[in-house]
Amino acid sequence: MAKKFVFEEALTRLEEIVDQLSKGDAPLDKSLELFEEGTALIKKCGQALDKAEQKVELLVKALDVPEKVPFEEVE
Amino acid sequence: MPMKALTVTQVNEYLKDIFSSDPLLSGLCISGEISNFKRHSSGHLYFTLKDQDSVISAVMFRSDAARLRFMPNSGMKVFVTGRVSIYPKSGQYQVYVSAMQPDGIGALYMAFEQLKEKLYGRGLFDPQHKKPLPPYPGTVALVTSPTGAAVRDMIRIIKSRYPICDIIVCPVKVQGEGAAEEIADMIDYVSRHSLADVIITGRGGGSLEDLWAFNEEVVAEAIFRSDIPIISAVGHEPDITISDYVADVRASTPSNAAELVVPDQAQLRAGLKNAGRLIEKYQHDSISALRKRVADAAGRPVMRGPKEYLSERRMDLSVLEDRLASAQRLALERRRREYLRLAAGLDALSPLGVLSRGYSMATSGDGRIIKSVGQLSPGDSVVLRLADGRAECTADRLLPDRKEKKNG
Repeated sequence: MAKKFVFEEALTRLEEIVDQLSKGDAPLDKSLELFEEGTALIKKCGQALDKAEQKVELLVKALDVPEKVPFEEVE
Repeated sequence: MPMKALTVTQVNEYLKDIFSSDPLLSGLCISGEISNFKRHSSGHLYFTLKDQDSVISAVMFRSDAARLRFMPNSGMKVFVTGRVSIYPKSGQYQVYVSAMQPDGIGALYMAFEQLKEKLYGRGLFDPQHKKPLPPYPGTVALVTSPTGAAVRDMIRIIKSRYPICDIIVCPVKVQGEGAAEEIADMIDYVSRHSLADVIITGRGGGSLEDLWAFNEEVVAEAIFRSDIPIISAVGHEPDITISDYVADVRASTPSNAAELVVPDQAQLRAGLKNAGRLIEKYQHDSISALRKRVADAAGRPVMRGPKEYLSERRMDLSVLEDRLASAQRLALERRRREYLRLAAGLDALSPLGVLSRGYSMATSGDGRIIKSVGQLSPGDSVVLRLADGRAECTADRLLPDRKEKKNG
């Protein structure tokens, strides 16, 4: 299974929150909750981008289980 | 009678008309070898096409020659497309060439067109099969050669745009014997093991033969089969391959694919910032909407001055009381009038009314009304009832009417 990416989920959730808040019909406590959650998500997404550690790997096609080794660029 | 003579020009023009009205001659493809090749200073190309037995003159005008992707020369085997017509000035017929391909590539070109038709007919290019690319892929698979500029460019661009995603280089041979099968197998493998959220398959620029693997049916089939969305990125901008048609997205180059496959972090950061501003605004708006509701409620009369409100309600109440009392009075009045009317009716029937008009009524001592002299004997006492009192009398004599007597 491909890595389920937290960043994507966070962004999707953030979009939902912006959407809900834009309607302005949530009860006060709910909307405060959403606001806090949204603010936290924005912060987390920004941090994720800052701290991103990209893996570049080379696929080794094993018979049934795919293996990956670090990709060394070949000139 | 001698036949009417035509001029030479008329004959040539007549033949030219016949040539140009012939459907085969006005659009055909000829294979042959170039000889006597000459490039005129005007830019037009003059040559002859020959095979083992025959020759035909050919001309390619500058505007068409400018589109050639190779340099023709004597001895070259080519495919030409064009029309056959007569040049009236010389009376020679010749091929007016509009396009020309070297023979070997011409064959590839035809194979390409035929496969394109076939796969199109089977619906492999239908937009309904195109899968959307994931907006924020976690892993990108590059099905390409692990060496060379293309893979390096893609890694570099993805890294700078969206460092948060992982890259798997899935090494394949991209040209030569067996390349198409390797590419197809790799696509199947990556899809079967769900190794990535999106696949880029392609290679850098090269000759038509170099890019050929991406025009093979096996590759087209594998792309079509894949559960993972695929971007095809083969060669340079003008190169179009079958894989471009089947893939979910076509990129003009591998670098372009790298730009399409991931979002740009600068834009993302701007988007996050904007989202922050938005939710702050929405939050502010919704709180001020609530504040306004509170203020509106507080401004209602009952909230403004409860005493005043209560005394107003009290006044309302006394008005209601008054209305109730007068309604009651009216009802009583109506009843009283009704009673008087009925009482007057009773009055008319009362014997007292008759007495007041001067009649009197005789009753016996025990109060029975005396209606006949027959009820009396002389000396009986009689009470006379008058309008304003009574008188006690004695019947001295009884004088019945004759008629009365007769009847009695």
